[in-house]
Amino acid sequence: MTERDKIEAAAAELAEAAAGRSLTYMEVCGTHTMAIARHGLRQLLPPGLRLVSGPGCPVCVTAIGDIDRAVALAALPDVILTTFGDLMRVPASRSTLADERAGGSQVRVVYSAFEAVELAAAEPDREVVLVGIGFETTAPTVAAGIIAAKERGVKNFSVLSLHKTMPAPMRALLDAGETPLDGFILPGHVSVITGADAFDFLADDYGVGGVVAGFEPDDVVRGLLALATQERPAIQIEYSRAVTPEGNRVAQEVIERVFEPCDADWRGLGPIPGSGLALSPEFRDFDAAERFEIDPGEPVEPKGCRCGDVLRGLIDPSECALFGTRCTPETPVGACMVSSEGACAAHYRYRDLT
Amino acid sequence: MCLAIPMQITAVEGDTATIELGGVTRRASLMLVPGADVGDYVLVHAGCAITVLDEREAQERLELFAELEECDPEADEP
Repeated sequence: MTERDKIEAAAAELAEAAAGRSLTYMEVCGTHTMAIARHGLRQLLPPGLRLVSGPGCPVCVTAIGDIDRAVALAALPDVILTTFGDLMRVPASRSTLADERAGGSQVRVVYSAFEAVELAAAEPDREVVLVGIGFETTAPTVAAGIIAAKERGVKNFSVLSLHKTMPAPMRALLDAGETPLDGFILPGHVSVITGADAFDFLADDYGVGGVVAGFEPDDVVRGLLALATQERPAIQIEYSRAVTPEGNRVAQEVIERVFEPCDADWRGLGPIPGSGLALSPEFRDFDAAERFEIDPGEPVEPKGCRCGDVLRGLIDPSECALFGTRCTPETPVGACMVSSEGACAAHYRYRDLT
Repeated sequence: MCLAIPMQITAVEGDTATIELGGVTRRASLMLVPGADVGDYVLVHAGCAITVLDEREAQERLELFAELEECDPEADEP
């Protein structure tokens, strides 16, 4: 059986299971967004089944005011700003980190927090700031870097923590009730850390099921099939080679040691209490927000951009008037068109398949 | 962004491992998976192993993973 045969077999089962029903499922993971678009999975879905992308791309959900803070830090003399690659081209209110670099600021892309710590150790006369971005998958890796910096006594390293936690926006979406949702494809690698149990509230409090799915195309279709065949809403693991109910306890402890919950502002969803991660008192010396005084100015949202509606699953990317005209991956207006795993970028790149 | 790549541990020194996939060698922290040892397959994200994978399933999947462009260990984003 070829890979395509497997996908089509799963899709046929899904069509049977979902026949005659009107269902909306949401995925909340950029890697799933990419897999769905790239393999043209939407084309294989039965007519009554709508699959939307939610707030699962960390770069996309970062509020423009927070990106302004990163830009302001990059402009400080003696600062080397380090970031994961996705953030470079995201429009802030007045420029991007890539523009700042072109204008002479020191902005460097790193693959890991450790790389930023190494850079700080090698450049003792400069201040190295890492923009910490990402959900529970990435937060413990940045926390591990901060612990390493403390143990090594690397004092010229700090983190602007824009980390966010995943269950909170799902609860916010369900509370708002704008998008009727019948189930979630749960994020595979966030669940590696949090465990699938972290999503029990979906079934317990909202009566909405969830399936943790892997990233192969047939994994995703099997995940949808599992959702469509649930007798009652429950949280299920269909990615058991990596995900357990309880998750990675060591990583959870590392997050809890280095960070503490804080309020965070989400693009499209607004402020959500307790949904962000700030440095804990033990590690506050490494908090760039405390170490540097910056004036990022008033945030200015890009005119006409509907990233917020896309991130809430209200519209498909192609329903935005800017999509593919003023807003393309070459000239992105909103964050969802910049990150390769943003819903708009994925729709645009694979538009023949969606 | 939450992309994680399955790689095999070939050596361990303190809490740092040498990991390998398809002839490409990298270093990764084992701080989040303290029990991991030589021979184990781990999922690697942003310079850290984040979990130990079931070996049989990992091997079955590796060939497939290697074909996917997102699994390029040279990729500049986690």
